[in-house]
Amino acid sequence: MTKPTVYPEGDDLQKLLSGRYQKAAIWQFAFLGALMVAIIALMGLIYNVADGAFGFIVYEYKTAPSKFTSTPLNELSKAELLSILNNELSSGAYKKLDNEKPLTKRGQAELMELFMERLVRMDVKATYSLTDSLFSADRIRAEVTETYPNAIIEFRSWLTPQFLTSPMSSRAEFAGVRTAILGSLWLVGISILFALPVGTGAAVYLQEYAPKNWLSTAIQTNINNLAGVPSIVYGMLGLAVFVRWLEPITSGSMFGVVDSNGRTVLAAGLTMGILSLPLIIINAQEAIKAVPNGLRQAAYGVGATRWQTVWYHVLPNALPGILTGSILALSRSLGETAPLIVVGASTFISIDPSSPFSKFTALPIQIYQWTTRAQSEFHAIAAAAIIVLLILLLTLNATAITLRNKFQRRW
Amino acid sequence: MEPIREGIKLLPDDRFRKIDLRKKIRVPELIAQATLFLTGVLSIVITVLIVFELGKEAFLFFGESDVTLIKFFGTTKWQPGIGQYGIWALVSATLTTSVIAIAISLPLGLASAVYLSEYASHNVRSIFKPILEILAGIPTVVYGYFALLFVTPILRGIFGEGISVYNMLSAGLVMGIMILPLISSMSEDAMSAVPSSLREAAYAMGATKFETSLQVVLPAALSGIGAAIIIGISRAVGETMIVAVAAGAGPNFTFDPLEAAETMTGHIARISGGDLSYNSIDYNSLFAIALMLFLVTFVLNLVSQHIVARYRERYE
Repeated sequence: MTKPTVYPEGDDLQKLLSGRYQKAAIWQFAFLGALMVAIIALMGLIYNVADGAFGFIVYEYKTAPSKFTSTPLNELSKAELLSILNNELSSGAYKKLDNEKPLTKRGQAELMELFMERLVRMDVKATYSLTDSLFSADRIRAEVTETYPNAIIEFRSWLTPQFLTSPMSSRAEFAGVRTAILGSLWLVGISILFALPVGTGAAVYLQEYAPKNWLSTAIQTNINNLAGVPSIVYGMLGLAVFVRWLEPITSGSMFGVVDSNGRTVLAAGLTMGILSLPLIIINAQEAIKAVPNGLRQAAYGVGATRWQTVWYHVLPNALPGILTGSILALSRSLGETAPLIVVGASTFISIDPSSPFSKFTALPIQIYQWTTRAQSEFHAIAAAAIIVLLILLLTLNATAITLRNKFQRRW
Repeated sequence: MEPIREGIKLLPDDRFRKIDLRKKIRVPELIAQATLFLTGVLSIVITVLIVFELGKEAFLFFGESDVTLIKFFGTTKWQPGIGQYGIWALVSATLTTSVIAIAISLPLGLASAVYLSEYASHNVRSIFKPILEILAGIPTVVYGYFALLFVTPILRGIFGEGISVYNMLSAGLVMGIMILPLISSMSEDAMSAVPSSLREAAYAMGATKFETSLQVVLPAALSGIGAAIIIGISRAVGETMIVAVAAGAGPNFTFDPLEAAETMTGHIARISGGDLSYNSIDYNSLFAIALMLFLVTFVLNLVSQHIVARYRERYE
C-alpha cells in the first residue's frame, strides 16, 4: 500500500505556491538572459569591427616631400607631379607603370597616390582603435610626440571611396578591395549561372515529377544531407574535380588561353555553385510547394500536358519565391572563405579578373589574409573590408526580402 | 439501354470528331522530363563524386608503405612530411573546440528557444528573431576576426600570460555564438510543433509557465532538440575559418583550451592555401582528413534527419 499523498493547505500551500512562482520568475529572467547574450555578442561584433575601421594613424615620411618639391602637398598640380615622377622614378619602374596605364592619362589623384606610394613612402608607426582615439586622444598625442617626434598623427577612416576603387597593395595604407569585390562578383555570377537553372530543375523534378519510390526518397535525403556537408569538403571536391581533373577546361587551355593553371575564377565559381546547390534546391522546393494545387488541376483540366502546366503555371507563380531563395543562398556563398582557400584563390593579386580563366581573389579571402597579418594597420583594413562585405550581404538580403514582399501572393 | 435513347434526337455519327484518348508519346515532354530527372540525380552524382574523389586520394595516402591504420588512429603526432601520421593531433583540437562550442550554444540556444517559443509576445519575437537571423548570416571569417581581435584580448586580460595568443578557448567560444542561432531556431521549431493541448492540460493542472515549458513542452520536443544538437555538432566539426584564424597553426595534441592547436579543418585550409604539389604525401593526406570529415558530418546529418522524420510522424 502506498501512503496517501498529503496535500499542503493554508500557509504551507501559500509558501509552496510563492516558491514555485519565484522559481518561474527567476527562470524566465534566465531565458531572457540567454537571448541577451546573443544580442550582446552581436553588438560586440559590430562594435569590434567599427572600432577597428576608424582611428588615429601615426606615420612618418621615409623621404620628406620637400625633397622633391617646394610646393605644399595639397597644391601640387598634375604637371608638377608628372615631372617629379618622371625624374625620380627609375626608368624601369616608370615604364612598367606607364605600360599598365599611361601616366599622362592618369588623373591628379592617381598621380598623387603614386607619388605618395613610390617616392614619399609612408612608414606607419602605429594605429589606434576608434575608442582609444575618441576617449584618450590627449594621452595618445603625448605618447606619440615623445616616441616619434617627427611623426604625423591624424584621424583616418580606413573605409574610403578610395578603398573601394584601388587594387590590392602590399602596403595597408594604399590597399583597396576593388580586385576582391570584382572577384566576388565573378564568383557569384558564375555560380548562379550554374546553380539557378540546375537547382530549379531539380526542385521541379522532385516536386512535380518524381514518383514516390526509393530513388526519389534517396535524392531528397541526399540533398538535405549535402546542405550540411562542411564547405571545406566542397573545396576539396573542387580542387580534385575542377582544378585538377577538368584543368583543360577550367584553365582555358582548351580555348587557347595560355599561362594559366586550373586555379581560376571559373573553377572556384563552379565549386561555389555546387556548394550552394542544395540550399537553392530546398528553397525552390518550398516555393513550388506554395503554389496551390488548384492551379495545376485547372491546367490539366483544360488539357495541358505536365510540362505545359509546369512551364506556364507553376514556374511563373513560384518564380519570386525561387529567386528570393536563390539570393539568400548566394549571399551565404558570398561570405564563404574555406572552399576558396582550398581551390586556390590568389592572396596577392592586383589585376582585375577579366575572364573566367583569370586568377582571382575575393572579399572574404582578403579579410582572412589581412586578419592573420601581424601589423595592426592590416587589421584596420580587414575591418574596413568586413564593413564592405556586411553591407553587400545586407543589400542582397534586403533585395530578397523586398522581392518577396512585392511578389508574394496570398492564395 | 435502348428505351432511354428513345425521344432523344440522335446526331449522326459523323458529326463527332474521333479523338484518340490513349496516351501518346510526346517527344518534347520526354526531353523535359529527362532533363529535369538528370538535374535531380545530379545531387547523387555530387555525393558519389565526393566519396570517390576523396576516397581515391585517401586510398593513395593509405597505400603508402609506412602509413597504417594503426599509426593513423593510434599515434598523436601529425607531420606527413617526416613520416608521422597520428590523426589524433588534429582530432584533439577539433574535439576541444567543438565541445566548448556546444557547451556554450546548447544551454544558450535552448534557453532562447524556450523564451521565444513559450514566453515572448508577438512583438518581442519580431524583434529578437531577426537579430538571431543576422547572427546566423554573418560570414564565419568575420567571426574569426571577432575571435582573434576581440575575444582573445579579453581572455588574455583574464588569464594573463597563461593563455597563448592563438588558443582554442577563444575559437570555441565564438563558434558557440555562431551555432547558437541554429540550435535556437531548430529547437524553437520543434517546440512550436508541440500541440497546444499539451500546454493547456498542464495549465489546467495549475502548473506555472516555467513548469509547463520545462516538464511538458521540452520533453515533448526532445527529439527535435536532439536533431538540433546533432546538426550543431556537425556544424562545429566542419567549421573552418574561425579556427583557422583564432585557434592556431600547427598540429598539437592537447585538450587544454588555453593552448594553440590546429583542427582538421584548419589544417586543410592552411596546407592547401600554400603551394602544394599534386601527388605529394601532404596533398593526399589532406584528402584522408577531408574524407573523415565528410563521413562524420554526413552520418551526423543522416541521424538528425532520421530523428526529425520520426518525430514529425508522431504529431501530424
